[in-house]
Amino acid sequence: MPVAVELDQVGFSYRPGQPVLTDVDLTVEEGEFVAVAGPNGGGKTTLVRLALGLARPSSGSVRLFGEPAHRLSRRETLGYVAQRAQVGTEGPVTVREVVSSGRLAQGGLFGPLRRRDRAIVDEAIADVGLGDLADARLGHLSGGQQQRAFIAKAFAGEPSLLVLDEPTAGVDAESQEALARLLGRLHADRGVTMLYVSHEFGAVEGIVERLVLVRGGIVFDGPPHALPSAWHDPSHAHARK
Amino acid sequence: MLESEFMRLAFATGAVVGLLAPAVGFFLVQRNMSLVGDGIGHTAFAGVAAGYLLGVSPVLTALVAAVAGAVGIEWLRSRHRAAGDQALALLFYTGLAAGVVLASFAGALDVDLFSFLFGSILTVTRGDLVLVAVLGFAGLALIGLLYRALAAVVIDEEGAKVAGVPVAALNVLVAGLAGVTIGLSMQIVGILLIAALMVLPVIAAGRVAWSMSSSVLLAMGIGLVSVFAGLTVAYYADLPPGGAIVLLAAAAFVVTSALEAVRARA
Repeated sequence: MPVAVELDQVGFSYRPGQPVLTDVDLTVEEGEFVAVAGPNGGGKTTLVRLALGLARPSSGSVRLFGEPAHRLSRRETLGYVAQRAQVGTEGPVTVREVVSSGRLAQGGLFGPLRRRDRAIVDEAIADVGLGDLADARLGHLSGGQQQRAFIAKAFAGEPSLLVLDEPTAGVDAESQEALARLLGRLHADRGVTMLYVSHEFGAVEGIVERLVLVRGGIVFDGPPHALPSAWHDPSHAHARK
Repeated sequence: MLESEFMRLAFATGAVVGLLAPAVGFFLVQRNMSLVGDGIGHTAFAGVAAGYLLGVSPVLTALVAAVAGAVGIEWLRSRHRAAGDQALALLFYTGLAAGVVLASFAGALDVDLFSFLFGSILTVTRGDLVLVAVLGFAGLALIGLLYRALAAVVIDEEGAKVAGVPVAALNVLVAGLAGVTIGLSMQIVGILLIAALMVLPVIAAGRVAWSMSSSVLLAMGIGLVSVFAGLTVAYYADLPPGGAIVLLAAAAFVVTSALEAVRARA
C-alpha cells in the first residue's frame, strides 16, 4: 500500500536539552485507521503537528504522501478536527455553515459555494446524522453533536488524511462510543486514512486496526488486542470485556 | 435637517461607516478581539496629530497610522512576539502618548482635536465623503467576496491552516480593514468611540441571529440605524455624534437581549 505518513528518526524539542520526542519511526499506510494514544505531555500533539507539517522536526524527516510534510503541495487533502471548536457555543453559526467552511480549500476562496460543493456539504451532514439539525445553531447542540458537525466539516473537504486531535474531550462516555462507531463507519465507507489522537483510546479500541502509544517516543505499536492488559483504559466498555 | 449640506455629507458618510464598521467588527468579535479597535483608534489619534504637525490632511495620516497599527498588532499576535492583550496594550498606550506629544508640538491640543476624539457632524467635507465612499465600498466588496474564507477562519483557524487556507494573509486583511474602518469613521463617531460601533452592533445582533450570515447582516442593519438615529439626535440636541451613536447601539443590545429572553420563554 502507498504510504500516507512517514516519520523517520524524528526528534523534537521546544528547548535545547529537553526533548519532547526522540527517535520516532512511524509509517502509516493509506487507508489505515490508527489510534495515537499516550499520557498528557507525552508528545502526542507534537507528533501530530509534525505529521501535518505544522512544526519542523529538530532531527529526522517527516513525509506526507511522499512529499516533505511542511512543503506538501496538496494541503487541501488534509482534514483536521480539533479538540474544541473555536466558535463553540458563543458564535451564531449553524451546522451547515460549519460544514460548508470545510469546502473552502477545494471550492476556492472567492464567491459563493457552487452546486456540487453544496451537495457534498449536504451529504456530509447526512452522513454524521445531523440532517434534521442542519440549520440549527451549533451552540444549541450537545457536545457530541457539535463534534459530529466538525467531523462532517472535515469529511466535506474529501480528505485523504484525517487527523482527529482529542475529539472526545469533554464528551460523555456514551457520546464517545457513538462517535467512535460513526468514525468506524465513515472509515469503512470512504477508506480515508485516519489518525485518532487521544489520551483515552478505550472508545476506539474496538474499531481501530492499530494502536500507537507515545511517551516521549513510541512505546507500543501494534493491534489493540496485543496491548498488555495493564495499559488498557479502564473507563471504557471495551477494556472491561 | 437635510437642507444643510454638512448634514447631507454627515449622513452619506455615516451610511458607509454604519455598514462597514460592524461588517469588519464581526470578524474581530468572533475571534475574541473586540478591543483591538480601541488600540487601533489610539494609533489613529497619533496619525491625526501627525497630520496637524506636518500640515497635511489629518484624515489621510490617521488612515495610514490606523492601518499600520492594525497590521502591527496582527504581526505581534501571530508571531507570538507578545500575547494578544500585551500587543494591544503596547499599541494603545504608545498611540495615545505619541498623539499627545505630536499634538502638543503642533499646538493642536484644542477643539479641532476634540472633534476627532468624539466625532463632529461639522467636519466632513466633500473630499472626505469621496474617500470614505471609495474605500468603504471597496472594503465591503472585499468582505463580500471573501466572506466564506473569513468565516472559515473564524469557525476553525487551525483546521483552515492545516487545509492550506492562507490564514495569515486573511488575518492581515481583517486587521487592515479594521484600520481603514477606523480611519474612515473617526470624523463621524470619533476615535475614542469608533471601536464601539464595530463591536456593539455585532454583540446585539448575536442575541437574535439564527446563523453567522444573518448575524453579519443584522449587525450592519443595527449599525446603519444607530448612525442615522445618532446623527439626528446629535443635530437636534447639539451633541457630539459619537456619543449619541454609540448609546443607541448599546440600546439596540438591550432591545435584542429582551427579544432573546422573550423568545426563550415562548
